[in-house]
Amino acid sequence: MTTAPTPTELTLPQEAHHDDHEHHDFRMFGLLTFLVSESLMFGALFAVFLIFRSEFPAWPPEDTEVELILPAINTVILVSSSFVIHYGDVAIKKGNVAGLRKWYGITALMGIIFLAGQAYEYATLGYGLTTNVFANCFYIMTGFHGLHVLVGILLILGVMWRSRIPNHYTAEKHVGVEMAEIYWHFVDVIWIILFVLIYVLAFVN
Amino acid sequence: MKQLPASIWTLTVGILVTLIAVWVGNNSHFFPEQASVQAPLVDNFFNLMLMIATALFLLVAGTIIFFAIQFRQRPGDEGDGVPLEGDFSLEAYWTLIPAVIVIVLGIYSVEVFTEMGGFAAGGGGGNHLLMSHHHHHEMKAQLVSDEMSEPTPEFEAKYGLGGAGKPDVIVTVTGMQYAWIFNYPEGITAGELHIPVNKSVQLNIKAADVIHSFWVPQFRLKQDAIPGQDTELRFTATKVGDYPIVCAELCGGYHGAMRTRVYVHTQEEYDQWLAENLVAQNPDLSKTVAVHTEH
Amino acid sequence: MAQAQLPVSGEFPVASGHHPTAWKWYDYFTFNVDHKLIGIQYLVFSFVFYLIGGLMAVVMRTELYTPDADVIDPNLYNALLTNHGTIMIFGWIVPAAIGGFGNFLVPLMIGARDMAFPRLNALAFWMLPPAGLLLVGSFLFGGAQAGWTSYPPLSLITANTAQSMWCLSIILAGTSSILGSVNFIVTMVKMRVPSMSWDKMPLFCWAMMATSILALLSTPVLAIGLILLLFDINFGTSFFKPDAGGNVIIYQHLFWFYSHPAVYLMILPIFGIMSEVIPVHARKPIFGYKAIVGSSMVICFVGLFVWVHHMFTSGTPPWMRMFFTVSTLIVAVPTGVKIFSWTATLWGGKIRYTSAMLFAIGLLIMFVVGGLSGVTLGTAPVDIHMHDTYYVVAHFHYVLFGGSVFGLYAAIYHWFPKMTGRMLHEPLGKVHFLLTLIGANLTFLPMHVLGTQGMPRRVAMYDPQFTQINQICTIGAFILAFSVIPFLVNVIWSWGWGEKASGNPWRALTLEWTTDSPPIIENWHRLPVVTHGPYDYGLNHHQEMPTTPAHS
Ligand code: HEA
Ligand code: HEA
Ligand code: CUA
Ligand SMILES: [Cu+2]
Repeated sequence: MTTAPTPTELTLPQEAHHDDHEHHDFRMFGLLTFLVSESLMFGALFAVFLIFRSEFPAWPPEDTEVELILPAINTVILVSSSFVIHYGDVAIKKGNVAGLRKWYGITALMGIIFLAGQAYEYATLGYGLTTNVFANCFYIMTGFHGLHVLVGILLILGVMWRSRIPNHYTAEKHVGVEMAEIYWHFVDVIWIILFVLIYVLAFVN
Repeated sequence: MKQLPASIWTLTVGILVTLIAVWVGNNSHFFPEQASVQAPLVDNFFNLMLMIATALFLLVAGTIIFFAIQFRQRPGDEGDGVPLEGDFSLEAYWTLIPAVIVIVLGIYSVEVFTEMGGFAAGGGGGNHLLMSHHHHHEMKAQLVSDEMSEPTPEFEAKYGLGGAGKPDVIVTVTGMQYAWIFNYPEGITAGELHIPVNKSVQLNIKAADVIHSFWVPQFRLKQDAIPGQDTELRFTATKVGDYPIVCAELCGGYHGAMRTRVYVHTQEEYDQWLAENLVAQNPDLSKTVAVHTEH
Repeated sequence: MAQAQLPVSGEFPVASGHHPTAWKWYDYFTFNVDHKLIGIQYLVFSFVFYLIGGLMAVVMRTELYTPDADVIDPNLYNALLTNHGTIMIFGWIVPAAIGGFGNFLVPLMIGARDMAFPRLNALAFWMLPPAGLLLVGSFLFGGAQAGWTSYPPLSLITANTAQSMWCLSIILAGTSSILGSVNFIVTMVKMRVPSMSWDKMPLFCWAMMATSILALLSTPVLAIGLILLLFDINFGTSFFKPDAGGNVIIYQHLFWFYSHPAVYLMILPIFGIMSEVIPVHARKPIFGYKAIVGSSMVICFVGLFVWVHHMFTSGTPPWMRMFFTVSTLIVAVPTGVKIFSWTATLWGGKIRYTSAMLFAIGLLIMFVVGGLSGVTLGTAPVDIHMHDTYYVVAHFHYVLFGGSVFGLYAAIYHWFPKMTGRMLHEPLGKVHFLLTLIGANLTFLPMHVLGTQGMPRRVAMYDPQFTQINQICTIGAFILAFSVIPFLVNVIWSWGWGEKASGNPWRALTLEWTTDSPPIIENWHRLPVVTHGPYDYGLNHHQEMPTTPAHS
């Protein structure tokens, strides 16, 4: 039952050739991993929505119909903002901080317009969160997505805030910029699915 | 000492393990008595698995203990063991053999499940394709008769154990905190379940508040009572006697007290029970009793 | 026996100057970003919760000593059983195995100085204390009483405040788990020392990889389920209210889509621990490295498609019952591969009966019992009888106590010297092992019979015919409670005054043993270089490992 201690340094004495204190930037990989998890969160909501849809004779049920025009405009705004934000990324790749700020500023603005449109829709829809199961789903799904848009806007504003510092973002070093962009694309893709599920499917019964 | 007796050892161990496993598989007295047609199906299947599990356990645990003793560190030996890193054929064996066992168990599950009426859940609706053709006529008959024989017309079970043909007895079971209520289409309401022996019984199960679960251990049958979704159990009791009905799904503080009994009667006793209760609960109907009990 | 206080390795200056060389005791109560410190925070936190959860179990077992509900109120009983299950899972096994050992070991095993995102790591840990407080605090409001599964509608109509606290607590713990998983995956993919190829990565890390992937994919679904439940309770939605068009079964799917994988979250890291402990103490290379890696991945994948086996008697259509019967049975195959590989690792070894090894071998046998009973439950026909009975309780305590808890004990005995720089007291460890083994079997073996004969679970009052067997279980539980004492004494005494441990007391080959005990901050003065596999015992790749008797 004895365990003989031996010297500690089993493999230590070998030379370590590289600079092991170098700080690599793994944030992008981290964000992507996290987004996998996030998509399952939305995936679960989509599944719940589809199960209810298959159970109800009419979905959306009477008196809780959705409209199409405003959300369609909103969709166009959000989808185009994904292109706009990409120009910001292109700009910083050329070291153009002013360009970055311009495009990111426009993206944030489009995001805010989207949220405003969403709020307007909530206000004019004529039913609330608790009206029926469809309304439950509608508000939870769009609300949860809206929350993500808000976080995206904050990220973009954060990037713009930091871009004031000279040389904070350069043509070579701009992971933060790209992360905000990827997140924005993610929010955008989720919206497209949401739009199809909630609005488009409502008219293809 | 190692070479020659090895095969003899293996043989002895193999025979011993098999004997013990078979004995355990055939002599487990854990189950309560069997009182439905489904009970022996479940028990036989379980006992088969118990046999396999016993054999596997004896082999694995025996090997571990044997190795643990055989390959213990000897005093003063500070060295390492045999540097063996794997063995492809061995690994293939212990992947394939369990895979075969598992596939066999899977197929057997489907068979037992079918025999229990699992695929017939939903008023026989689900089993058209899966059960053999000789049920066909009955099936059509049942689809028609279903509507009429239902105590509550809107009853529509998708889940549970079903069966083909018209059942001999239909009872609506309602679970509520903390009691079971049994409604007979004849117009009887009871706190206990009364059924005739050797007759097919259809339970239409509902829940009034939260989820409950209808369980008769002696029948080996259990089905949740789900608010908003009807479920069913179709079975035949095979032994006269009375057995516990237990609520198996947590339904609140007195979930443990939500127990009642099922009385399996002979047909005569059952008819008598029906008659007595009909009169007691529907005094004005006393004249028509004879008609109702004539089933 | 020296007088030194908490282990310090002041002899070498640490490479990067901006840290102290060792942490002080009060650092353990702060937002510290060192993965080793966070690991120990997780372990101590979770053990405290183990004691709380265990205490609840002891009270429950006392109540069950007699058939009537005579010791405590049945509603309190339900609150205890709910929180016992919840705390054992979210407060003990998951944080101890994944947070504790995962954090402490993964960077050390792959030759990294820390996790990829140290601050995120600390944040993930500090979500747990509020989660724990919410659970404990919920007792002020009666405690959540709907079981750790919290099925609606029961969870919607009982103890609303406590139930909401319960939901929030689990959402917090789940978020913590997602953040932790992101961290593990990035760390293992990006931060291995360059000389460590994938096939030289220790099996514990592989297990953590499978665990993290599984947590990442399943936890968000639970979060949604709980958010919807929270809205139903507090904000008037009716997702799970049948009389308003809701559907209670959807919750069950959301819950089990996470909670079945969750049982593998609780066993995969333990499997990883087994793959480390057994080779070291048997002085043998692990048998079938690749098969073990592969089986972890297969379990991870198949484990995502078996969840309905918890719903066989619920609103489950026939085809689903059969599909999930078959998928459930398949999991037995990769799990068997692991069991057999560890058994084969014992063959030809020179087994040291350290406390760590005793718990590992105990685990092997206990887990097989639990796994085999799991297979019987996996078949719908048998589960229709066994579901929601004590047979299920027996099954999961064999895998969770006989598996996860035994594995955690093995890990503690194995890595305590590395973590604290002190050896645990071996004879006391053996007493602990014996008491635990006897107590566990006495408590949980008879439960198989109870369930088969007709005793449902989650009851405070039961049919008097089951009294005797229940009393055996209760006595077993008392022994289990007692068994904690030698362990606690051992840990507390050894941590302060135990025999000093060398850097590598077990002469193990994985990288965590190439630094001091406890490791310095940032782990190594110079990063190690991998010159041999993690389990090359008895192979002459390096002269440092004597293969002939050598006394020192
Ligand atoms: C660590 C946790 C853990 C682990 C690892 C497992 C492992 C398994 N579990 Fe278990 N289980 C739980 C924790 C766990 N379980 C919990 C907590 C519950 C209850 C939840 C609740 O309701 O509160 C539960 C409930 C549960 C149920 C639902 C019961 C019910 O409520 O009705 C089922 C049904 O299928 C099941 C099956 C299995 C199977 C098939 C395995 C398999 O993975 C086991 C595989 C292992 C082996 C089979 C042994 C070794 C293999 C061999 C020796 C090879 C040869 C074997 C064969 C050929 C068979 N488990
Ligand atoms: C890893 C998980 C885990 C562990 C380790 C345990 C450990 C134990 N469990 Fe647990 N149990 C579950 C997970 C676990 N359980 C789950 C998930 C459920 C389902 C819940 C549900 O249905 O919702 C359950 C349910 C459950 C039941 C069923 C209740 C019911 O259905 O009515 C029972 C009954 O006996 C039980 C008993 C025990 C016992 C005796 C222990 C023993 O091992 C405990 C031993 C005790 C200790 C180790 C602590 C002793 C310490 C002291 C007494 C001192 C305390 C001091 C301070 C706090 C300062 N458990
Ligand atoms: Cu009704 Cu439990
Ligand atoms: Cu499971």
